[in-house]
Amino acid sequence: MIRRIRHRHFVAALTTLTGLLWSFGASADWTLNMRKGVTSISQEVYSLHMIILWVCVVIGIAVFGVMFWSILHHRKSKGAQAAHFHENTVVEIVWTLIPFSILIFLAVPATKALINIESTGNSDLTIKVTGYQWKWRYEYLDEGLSFFSTLEAKSNQARHLRSGVDVATVDNYLLDVDNPVVVPVGRKIRFLTTANDVIHAWWVPDLGWKRDAIPGFINESWARVEKAGVYRGQCAELCGKDHGFMPIVVVAKEEADYRKWVEEQKAAQAAALQADNPDREWTKEELMAKGESVYNANCVACHQTDGKGMAGVKPIAGSPVATGDVADHIDVVMYGRAGTAMAAFSQLSDAAVAAVITYQRNSFGNVAGDLVQPSTIKTEYR
Amino acid sequence: MSHSHAAHDEHHDRAPSGLMRWVTTTNHKDIGTLYLSFSLLMFFVGGTMAMVIRAELFQPGLQFVDPQFFNSMTTIHALVMIFGAVMPGFVGLANWMVPMMIGAPDMALPRMNNWSFWLLPFAFILLLSTFFMPGGAPAGGWTMYAPLVMQTGDAFPFLIFAVHILGISSIMGAINIIATVFNMRAPGMTFMKLPLFVWTWIITAFLLIASMPVLAGAVTMLLTDRFFGTSFFSAAGGGDPVMYQHIFWFFGHPEVYIMILPAFGVVSAIVPTFARKPLFGYSSMVYATASIAFLSFIVWAHHMFTVGMPLAGELFFMYTTVLIAVPTGVKIFNWVATMWKGSMTFETPMLFALGFIVMFTIGGFSGLMLGVTPADFQYHDTYFVVAHFHYVLVTGAVYSIMAAVYFWLPKWTGHMYDEKLGKLHFWLSTIFVNVLFFPQHFLGLAGMPRRIPDYNVQFADWNMVSSIGGFMFGLSQLLFVYIVIRCVRGGQKATAQVWEGAHGLEWTLPSPPPYHSFTTPPVVK
Amino acid sequence: MSGSQSASGYYVPHGSHWPIVGSIALFTLLGGFALALNGYGIGKGSMVIGVIFLLIMLFGWFGTVIRESETGMYNGQVDVSFRWGMVWFIFSEVMFFAAFFGALYYARHFSVPWLGGEGAKAATHQFLWSSFENVWPLKSTPNQTLFTQIKEVIGPWGIPALNTALLLSSGVTITIAHWGLQKNKRGQLNLFLFLTIALGVIFLFCQGYEYIHAYHELGLTLHSGIYGSTFFMLTGFHGLHVTLGAIMLTVILFRCLKGHFKPHHHFGFEGVAWYWHFVDVVWLGLFIFVYIL
Ligand code: HEA
Ligand code: HEA
Ligand code: HEC
Ligand code: CUA
Ligand SMILES: [Cu+2]
Repeated sequence: MIRRIRHRHFVAALTTLTGLLWSFGASADWTLNMRKGVTSISQEVYSLHMIILWVCVVIGIAVFGVMFWSILHHRKSKGAQAAHFHENTVVEIVWTLIPFSILIFLAVPATKALINIESTGNSDLTIKVTGYQWKWRYEYLDEGLSFFSTLEAKSNQARHLRSGVDVATVDNYLLDVDNPVVVPVGRKIRFLTTANDVIHAWWVPDLGWKRDAIPGFINESWARVEKAGVYRGQCAELCGKDHGFMPIVVVAKEEADYRKWVEEQKAAQAAALQADNPDREWTKEELMAKGESVYNANCVACHQTDGKGMAGVKPIAGSPVATGDVADHIDVVMYGRAGTAMAAFSQLSDAAVAAVITYQRNSFGNVAGDLVQPSTIKTEYR
Repeated sequence: MSHSHAAHDEHHDRAPSGLMRWVTTTNHKDIGTLYLSFSLLMFFVGGTMAMVIRAELFQPGLQFVDPQFFNSMTTIHALVMIFGAVMPGFVGLANWMVPMMIGAPDMALPRMNNWSFWLLPFAFILLLSTFFMPGGAPAGGWTMYAPLVMQTGDAFPFLIFAVHILGISSIMGAINIIATVFNMRAPGMTFMKLPLFVWTWIITAFLLIASMPVLAGAVTMLLTDRFFGTSFFSAAGGGDPVMYQHIFWFFGHPEVYIMILPAFGVVSAIVPTFARKPLFGYSSMVYATASIAFLSFIVWAHHMFTVGMPLAGELFFMYTTVLIAVPTGVKIFNWVATMWKGSMTFETPMLFALGFIVMFTIGGFSGLMLGVTPADFQYHDTYFVVAHFHYVLVTGAVYSIMAAVYFWLPKWTGHMYDEKLGKLHFWLSTIFVNVLFFPQHFLGLAGMPRRIPDYNVQFADWNMVSSIGGFMFGLSQLLFVYIVIRCVRGGQKATAQVWEGAHGLEWTLPSPPPYHSFTTPPVVK
Repeated sequence: MSGSQSASGYYVPHGSHWPIVGSIALFTLLGGFALALNGYGIGKGSMVIGVIFLLIMLFGWFGTVIRESETGMYNGQVDVSFRWGMVWFIFSEVMFFAAFFGALYYARHFSVPWLGGEGAKAATHQFLWSSFENVWPLKSTPNQTLFTQIKEVIGPWGIPALNTALLLSSGVTITIAHWGLQKNKRGQLNLFLFLTIALGVIFLFCQGYEYIHAYHELGLTLHSGIYGSTFFMLTGFHGLHVTLGAIMLTVILFRCLKGHFKPHHHFGFEGVAWYWHFVDVVWLGLFIFVYIL
């Protein structure tokens, strides 16, 4: 399989190199242009893109045409004698004014499009999008729903150095997530983007824009998806090691399906909250089991499966914090370490925080032995 | 140290020898040579990193490096290419040519000239040593955006101080050029008689002096935010991460013109020479350069259209940005008009200059597309941007440096380079640089973000094409080194004028020119 | 530019080892600083060595230039080169300060109002900092646990006004000293030069006092959010420049006492005087934008 694919790439590359750009195989993906997308904005942007592109092509043909004409005809080897002119005010004014008027002609639709893009008022629902290293959190402000969205497990396995998995066998490699963000078709959605640690950017090409997610600030944008479907995008601002691995999946559903999805999510969230009840006493087994899953969902990207950390990330295994005073440990997890990649994880539920700390203190060779109860987090750290 | 009037004293009119000659030299040609050699070295260092990037991107899936190291490669590749290869390359050309072009014995401030150069290697030792530090080399992109850059390990202060030293070096170099041109012109060499290369360099020097200190300020704030408790770039204290971007790009945009204005000067010297016809529209060239420089200070936020600026800001920066197309267009048209009804020949420098004109314009067009804010919402931080800036930087700035080297090498060494090999170098480079960077437009439009080590299989084909182009372009540059070294070692003797169509003071000096260019000032009529 | 424009009279120094000493000094100093910031003990030692080398370099380099100047090796054209060099150097310093003034402007007109819910960023205030208020001077930061909160800021009409008077009069005294030099009244020159330095030093003392007061009583520190950040970085870099200027003036004073400089040939003096005026102007900017507005 691998060999076949390599072979295909090689042939494809060779054909290009010999200039046979158009004779590619049926399965090859030689996309050339921007997508039209599925919102009014994306279509506006697409046509703007095409206008400028053609303006440039036409100017290019004109300028290079004149240039190659003189390269061909005014060459010494053809006996051309050099003329002596070196100024012509009229010509110079003309070729200043023509580009200028072309620009004005371009500025009109561009300005219109921009004003439209920035009109975020009168929305039907609001979704708050928060970037984390390296996942997204979606909050449906009108529904009280919220969840995290991370790289889907198969991609996540395949993406590692020498993972041994052929990435061509993974569907939507690097463009799939565990929990997609679901939106209703035909409604004006207001997106509020922000971030928890560093700057990210939320980008789904089919929606026609990207917007930076800036820690401490909220940006507003909007979209009205016109067609049901699955639309994929990626984080578009360098945000550290796994910047390439925090995709976005938007699933647009018809209104009824969307409502159904919302109700399901609400029910699931209520159940989870029930299970995560911080007021009851948790057993060690419960904490360890939950802790492991929280660790694998939230911490493993940096601290690694063996808890040994990596360059710049302190290990949990044998860490003075994870084996010492439990208050320090809770502190690090709840408030983060300023100036490092270790962000605050206070957005996790009380039970999750208690569990992951318990898990860290009793795994990777750490034998602190103590438990942290969710009630401690709830009463002392919230 | 000798305190004699060097220019007076015939006995001193030759170069001292040994290693110390190069360490202590105050001679503009020696320093020019140092700059140019350093620039070539750094081009290979930065290029090697680019090869690592292209190798990793050859196929989807991670094959060679982990993501963190990949980001370091991207970051340091850019810093090395910009501050190590292109800028010193242009300063080297200025050191060699400006005194000869204006009829001066040397630069105005020769000792400071030496210092400007000798700061560079130390800055790069600081920067490159970070690869061996806990936490690795900086990996936050060459733009060093807060707060991500705060997560750099021990490398962080080294990065900051390297930038400081590079800034000091550039500022001193720029001051020197201004002082030289303002004060050392031969009698009769009025401003409107200066060769355009000199003009573009004065304006570049001004851009440097106005923008590098701002970068120094920006990175100083990063340093204090990380180590001394300030909160310039943190909302929690009333600052704003975006504020960093404003300050950085206030430097950063003029910086990209710092890397292209001298290139315009080079092309304006080469095209008339090989068209055997005076440059068309000399004074409009000067005014266009000045307008580009002026505009470059009020367009910076086009790098940050997606940060969520107020609408008025987005509109303002869109209009000013696209306006730059007008003076830049004037330059392109003037070069074409210079060729029109000329008597052209196509030696290697001319080929590179023509390559420059075509491919820089392509890069300029994509720049214009990026400047249209709504469209940039799609293009931003994709490979479309990467394609844009490599067209203006590689086939723009780097091509012009290569053109200049071929153009002036006979003057510097007294030997002709191998014309056949030179042409071969040009054609190999030009074919492969397009195979390398043109497909990146498609990748960007198809939705591939920049600064990622791995990608979905839909991007595989064009990436492979691009990587193959990259390797071949890189290999072709070995030919360049070979040609230059051969020419320095020997070859057919060059005349003083070298090129049939060459005009200007530098061509009145013998090839190679004497150690002190003009010991008695020539009179310019 | 007179008849001395002829290049054959132009002094082109032969090789000099001071630049490489300077590079090594800067490398040792900043490399050491970086190590120290990362918590390595050898960093401090390296910094000390760097400073020593830097001083040696400065003494050596300027010593050479002074010697060459006094022995008449420089003609008018060299003098003009120095002038252009100094002018553009000062301009680069202006741009350095511009970065920090820009930060102040941005904080006051964009980031703080936005955080407080004004302008285009209403959602920022609503969802993230709903209890934060946009007031300037900014005494309490959006997140009050991460930064120290300011009790009181320094008003303009106390020590800062005094400092303004001090610096402005020092601008006058140095001009009087310059007149003395031009008219070859060496007594006037030396006296007023001394007065200038004295005013500068008093300024620094006042500034130091103010800093101590701010840190100990007002809770105004580098660590108290954007107000403290811009305040201390602007006034701090200015203070650093006053210190450098005062040192330069002291060197000039010693040279004057040794009988250096002639009524028509004294670039060293003028260069430092320009620098001093630049420091003055920056202060006026500070006084207006940091203290008054
Ligand atoms: C030498 C360097 C150089 C040069 C000369 C330019 C030139 C231009 N650049 Fe580019 N640019 C960079 C280097 C350069 N750039 C770099 C390094 C980045 C990325 C930084 C980073 O993020 O890492 C960047 C990024 C960048 C962006 C941000 C993209 C993004 O991140 O989203 C934008 C947006 O406006 C832009 C615009 C322009 C424009 C309008 C020009 C104009 O000056 C071009 C003008 C020229 C022409 C237009 C062609 C000739 C004109 C005519 C033939 C006349 C008639 C034409 C018309 C009327 C159309 N550039
Ligand atoms: C003047 C500046 C300059 C120059 C000359 C170049 C030259 C090249 N650049 Fe780069 N580049 C930048 C400035 C520059 N670049 C900037 C500013 C960025 C953005 C960084 C950021 O995002 O922060 C960037 C980013 C960048 C990326 C995007 C990385 C990412 O987003 O993750 C890529 C990817 O292809 C790339 C490739 C190349 C290649 C192949 C070359 C080639 O032209 C290099 C050719 C030269 C050589 C190859 C060296 C000589 C030859 C040898 C050493 C012989 C051995 C050769 C082989 C083994 C084949 N560059
Ligand atoms: C984005 C990367 C990242 C993620 C994700 C992450 N950490 Fe960390 N963590 C770090 C870094 C970096 C440090 C080291 C900070 C320092 O240098 O002081 C650290 C330090 C720690 C420490 C202190 C170790 C010591 O000895 O000082 C603890 C405890 C810890 N993390 C717990 C967690 C928990 C629990 C999670 C998940 C809920 C988590 N981390 C997720 C990056 C991360
Ligand atoms: Cu998140 Cu890139
Ligand atoms: Cu720009």
